[in-house]
Amino acid sequence: MAKVLVFSEVSKDKVKPVTLEILGKAAGQDVDVAVFGDLSDEQVKVLGDYGAKKVHKLKGDNLDKYSAEGYSNALKGFIESQGYDYVFSGATAIGKDMMPRLATQFDAGLASDVVNFIFEGDNFSATRPLFAGKCLAKVEIQGPKPHFVSVRPNALGMPETPAGGSAEAADASVEAGNIRAAIKEIIASASEKADLTEANIIISGGRAMKNSENFSILHECAEVIGATVGASRAAVDSGYASPDMQVGQTGKTVSPSLYIACGISGAIQHLAGMRTSKVIVAINTDPDAPIFTKADYGIVGDLFKIVPILTEELKKIQN
Amino acid sequence: MNFKLSTEQLEMREMAMKFAKNEMIPKAQEYDEKEIFPENEFKKAWELGLVNTCIPAEFGGAGFTALDSVVIGEALAYGCMGMNTSFMANDLALLPIVIAGTSEQKEKFLRPFTEEFKIAAFCLTEPGNGSDAAGIKTTIKDGGDHWILNGSKMWITNASKAHQFVVYGTMDPNLKHKGLCAVVVPSDLEGIVMGKKEEKMGHRSSDTRSIQFENVKVPKENMLGKPGEAWSIAMKTLDHSRPLVASSAVGGSQRALDCVKEYSKQRSQFGVPISKHQAIQFMIADIAMKTEASRLLVHKAAWLLDNGERNTEVASYAKAFAADSCMQNTTDAVQIYGGYGYSKEYPVEKLMRDAKLIQIYEGTSQIQRLVIAREVLGK
Amino acid sequence: MNIFVCVKQVPDTETKVQPNADGTFIETTSIKWIMNPYDEFAVEQALLVKADNPGSTVTLVRVGGVKDTEALRTALAMGADDAVLVEADDNLDSYTIAKALKGGIEKAGKQPDIIFAGKQGIDDDALQVPQVLAQMLDLPAVSVIVGYEKSGENISVKREIEGGALEVYEVSTPCVLATNKGINTPRYASLPGIMKAKRKPMQQLTLADVGVSEDDKRLKYSDFKLPPEKPPGKKFDATDEAKQQEVVAEVVKLLREEAKVL
Repeated sequence: MAKVLVFSEVSKDKVKPVTLEILGKAAGQDVDVAVFGDLSDEQVKVLGDYGAKKVHKLKGDNLDKYSAEGYSNALKGFIESQGYDYVFSGATAIGKDMMPRLATQFDAGLASDVVNFIFEGDNFSATRPLFAGKCLAKVEIQGPKPHFVSVRPNALGMPETPAGGSAEAADASVEAGNIRAAIKEIIASASEKADLTEANIIISGGRAMKNSENFSILHECAEVIGATVGASRAAVDSGYASPDMQVGQTGKTVSPSLYIACGISGAIQHLAGMRTSKVIVAINTDPDAPIFTKADYGIVGDLFKIVPILTEELKKIQN
Repeated sequence: MNFKLSTEQLEMREMAMKFAKNEMIPKAQEYDEKEIFPENEFKKAWELGLVNTCIPAEFGGAGFTALDSVVIGEALAYGCMGMNTSFMANDLALLPIVIAGTSEQKEKFLRPFTEEFKIAAFCLTEPGNGSDAAGIKTTIKDGGDHWILNGSKMWITNASKAHQFVVYGTMDPNLKHKGLCAVVVPSDLEGIVMGKKEEKMGHRSSDTRSIQFENVKVPKENMLGKPGEAWSIAMKTLDHSRPLVASSAVGGSQRALDCVKEYSKQRSQFGVPISKHQAIQFMIADIAMKTEASRLLVHKAAWLLDNGERNTEVASYAKAFAADSCMQNTTDAVQIYGGYGYSKEYPVEKLMRDAKLIQIYEGTSQIQRLVIAREVLGK
Repeated sequence: MNIFVCVKQVPDTETKVQPNADGTFIETTSIKWIMNPYDEFAVEQALLVKADNPGSTVTLVRVGGVKDTEALRTALAMGADDAVLVEADDNLDSYTIAKALKGGIEKAGKQPDIIFAGKQGIDDDALQVPQVLAQMLDLPAVSVIVGYEKSGENISVKREIEGGALEVYEVSTPCVLATNKGINTPRYASLPGIMKAKRKPMQQLTLADVGVSEDDKRLKYSDFKLPPEKPPGKKFDATDEAKQQEVVAEVVKLLREEAKVL
């Protein structure tokens, strides 16, 4: 059994879900969790449910705001005092920034952004994607301990049922040390949607939208998942959408992780603009529409019924 | 024998292709449709050292070899043959000065192009004289302390945009070749009248017009060589300019090839991508072969020049073969795209329209064959 | 100012990635090498800072193979002044690379004021080197920066985090800054720049010269393979109103758990 520490970020008073994913996968090891600042008893209980033995609430000056130096200095001191074999974190913005610095404080190796891992007796190995995910490889860490691992959120998946257990919580005093790069302010992202060519999720409407007012149902759906709304040439030519929304041969070429095509037949001109999308969902009443040959998930049905239901389902998973 | 481009040439090509893809291709369709002169792209290309490749180092130029020039030319033509015609016209107009100018003339007429963005135009063809260039009627007469230029030129690229012209005329039409003269004409002289912009099948972003020269007084020191020497200047210029223009056809062919490779894998018919159908495969094979063969002829024509050898024959092979191949390749590209190829939504119909001109200018494919036959049979 | 830029050479994004015969890496025989795209933004930012601070120099540091030197030549052609190349394989782990970069920077003989780098190499996508290097040099670092401004004696940078929000940092120099796309528009290397590049000084070192050995290796990769084929498309019939809710819920679940895009 290895002695494992999982660093957990807390967002809106809840631990980030990736922490629970890691706990699920690390079941069977001797796992502690560390957070900066306070954590509610309810959340400590959740962590215990998922397998944590102890929850350490790390407290010290200059740690209320994130800094790579502060967090890594503080965690270094804490880890040294406890003697862990492995230190995990989610590969969140903070995790990706802080873990390399922290690992180097121990001259140790970090397997970053892994999508899977396994403890086999004394051995640990992980899987990570390389070349923008075009291939996967097994990675093992060598050199001084502890070994560090950051895990891509949503890659492991939540464990089926929590392991069940309870965790002890305790405060621990830590030192942020000298901070030379400090956050002065945070600028929330503008409510403007990402440009089509940069968007991670796109929901597009075709000729079947029938008019420009109906595009509002796509906008509502987009709002829920932070998507950008696009259109096929047929929709633009008919005046249902503005030309800057056009995806296709004479429109924009897009490459989102998720492309939802609503009432779009899938003619070659449209495909030219979106065929490199990672995942394609198509909604169309015509079961023989060409788009279904390209879609990963096809829904044969009326978009005016389906899209509002989709919006509702997406709202559910946001919460 | 080394068929490889040098590391620098590969880098230059890489950079020119990047420029072609990022700056030229996104605008090509619009400029073609609306006949918009590529002023911004021309200036940007100049800032990056991609134009005026013929200017020697001693007069502020990059000192590129002929091979360097054709490598760059091919890449820019890949972006848009029409825009490249405008860029290339600078070299066509500056080459006679490079070939026949005195040191003072080179200093005066070449160096400014390296210090500031300027456009040039080359005036040889007339309404009544194209292939029969020796029979041009524009006159250059001795006016005492200046030359007097009178005549009508046609199909002039960059006409209304040029800061400087090289104009070919004759002392006396009866002298034919032996009467030809070439003068450098600044565009701000009195008596230069621009015709209206010609509406063309292709290269539509290029500013092409007729120009009238009415008693234009050209400074005595602006004549290249002596009166009557211009035919030989023109012939020597063609040895440089034909490979360059041919490289533009290679760029067009390569673009056609890249288009059909991609499209044939996306478009399906009879249950499979059309790239699986032999009829399509054979057309693509022909495009590929002709593109590479054109390129090799262009490179050899340039290599001969760079090695001080006579390249007239191979320059004509390159021009005729590359232009004719480009026409066939782009036509096949439209064919492979089928109905979509006929539509302006897809880029290949423009390639086909642009290809046609390359068989016509800088010596028609028929003239090239006359030159070749003469060379071949003369031996 | 002494400005450094860490550059990496990586396979072109269009490369068809194939595991090699023994699964220890990818096939590299017909790879087209390019400068890591994120490093282009780093080089451009370094050149902009140089222009703002006359008398400054931009020194490139690269750890990698000597057979292909595209990355350094492109960056020199863009306007960098000189380069240090530490000869090594092109597939080292982040710790080793950072240690070699540190050694290369030290051998350049100039005290760094700012060290720029791209936020990640598009080959291993590790996103580690900037902070690892900074920690080794005992310098502050900010990564994923999309904005750069002077702030008195310090530098103010904007760092992109989740949801497109921005953290505005104040950093003291010397420091390490890792650039993201969008911070600037990298210039083209001009043709004259390309010709000049070959005459710019390039110092070549070995890993031993910079005190790096096999013992510094921290990650062991094996079993390279292609990701599993996408499963064939699934089609759901949602014409029956009674089933629509169920179908949509199922698709959303698959998008979350199978496709992992939500």
